[in-house]
Amino acid sequence: MRLSPDEIVFWQHGVFKLNATIVFTWVLMFVLAAGSKLITRKLSTGLERSRWQNLLEIVVTGIEKQLEEVGLNQPRKYLGFLGTLFLFVALASLATVIPGYEPPTGSLSTTAALALCVFVAVPFFGIREQGVGGYLESYVRPTFIMLPFNLISEISRTLALAVRLFGNMMSGAMIIGILLAIAPFIFPLVMTGLGLLTGMVQAYIFSILAAVYIASATRVPRPGPGAAAKQ
Amino acid sequence: MIIDWFTIGAQALNFLILVWLMKRFLYKPVLRAIDAREKRIAAELAGADEKKAEAQKEGDEFRRKNSEFDRQRAALLNKAAEEAEAGRRRLLDEARKAADALGARRREILRNEERSLHQAIRRLTQREVFAVARKALTELAGVSLEERLGGVFIRRLRELDGRAKTGFAGALKTAPEPALVRSAFDLPAEQRAAIQNALDETFPAGIRVRFETAPDLVGGIELSTTGQKLAWSIADYLAELEKGVEELLEKKDEPAAHSR
Repeated sequence: MRLSPDEIVFWQHGVFKLNATIVFTWVLMFVLAAGSKLITRKLSTGLERSRWQNLLEIVVTGIEKQLEEVGLNQPRKYLGFLGTLFLFVALASLATVIPGYEPPTGSLSTTAALALCVFVAVPFFGIREQGVGGYLESYVRPTFIMLPFNLISEISRTLALAVRLFGNMMSGAMIIGILLAIAPFIFPLVMTGLGLLTGMVQAYIFSILAAVYIASATRVPRPGPGAAAKQ
Repeated sequence: MIIDWFTIGAQALNFLILVWLMKRFLYKPVLRAIDAREKRIAAELAGADEKKAEAQKEGDEFRRKNSEFDRQRAALLNKAAEEAEAGRRRLLDEARKAADALGARRREILRNEERSLHQAIRRLTQREVFAVARKALTELAGVSLEERLGGVFIRRLRELDGRAKTGFAGALKTAPEPALVRSAFDLPAEQRAAIQNALDETFPAGIRVRFETAPDLVGGIELSTTGQKLAWSIADYLAELEKGVEELLEKKDEPAAHSR
């Protein structure tokens, strides 16, 4: 029983190896980048525009709006990171309809890598917005006692991000695999549809959670009633 | 082992590369296109607003000018109407005056014509009357009448009052020529002698007398010397009568002309 596309190794030299996760990730990267490049090659700034440009604009502005709703005041700053996160995860799960494809997000290594990126990005954006002191201060808020809990939550939510996505993607692939063995005609189809839905939901959850984390780290705390009284 | 650390690193790197690629090929161009479009639409909207405002302004200006034109036109029409009315009144006055003047002139001409006609008629009548009288008396006059006339003349000569007599005497005395006795007919000798006698009786000095026949006297005798004249003739009477009638007619004409 194969749990992860990591186990399919095409080439290995010492620690360096080329497994299915990396290969499929490259394929997805190529599709995303080449597709974007192809469509944005001749963008129209007028009122008339192509369908593909329209689609991209809807996607980009939709993501931007979502980020703004989450609480990011300047969504364009985070659009590159969070938008790519969403697009990558979404495309990875959408591509499961292609036979022979293994979603890279079904590998704990990939989800852990993404979660690690979020884990690094949160303090990165937080420090960029509030400065080192301001960001570190958020760990002892509201009181110093909260520091360990804040630290634990920081780590645990990263872990949860990684495992949640991995579990969902892997389980989807696993269930389809199992059902294929038991009832090879109707159920896999239904479960594939369900898997697409879960994949989209997971992509949404993953990027929204990352956005929320970044938002909470970058938000400059408003002076409370106590601070006002001190002044 | 589910987690492969090399794969984690590779995937993290892959993801970061993907982020850069997407930024480069997707977000930036798309956002730029959207911004450009928004800017363009905003510019177009602003331009449209500006044009609308301009159109509004022009419309207002046009309406204002229109109303002003209307007002001016009405004022001009009023003025023109007033001027036309004044001109009409003036022309009517002038026409009336001209008509009055013309009428007055015509009346005056008519009156003058009438007057001159009256005068002509009067003159003609007068002339005819006197001509008739003169003709009748001339035809009636004869030697016997002459004799009677000579008698009357002699009597009048004798009846001359003192002043006239002395004036006449002075004139007769100083005159270089003889006194002239004119008569309508040739006086017979005895008549001439009677007259000579009467003269001699009336005036002391001897008076030379020359007799002459003058048919225009109609009837009667006239003694004339330098500056003095003693006459008794029908022509004299007629002349006096004519003079009196003329004076009377003129007097009658004058108040008639004034009364009109």
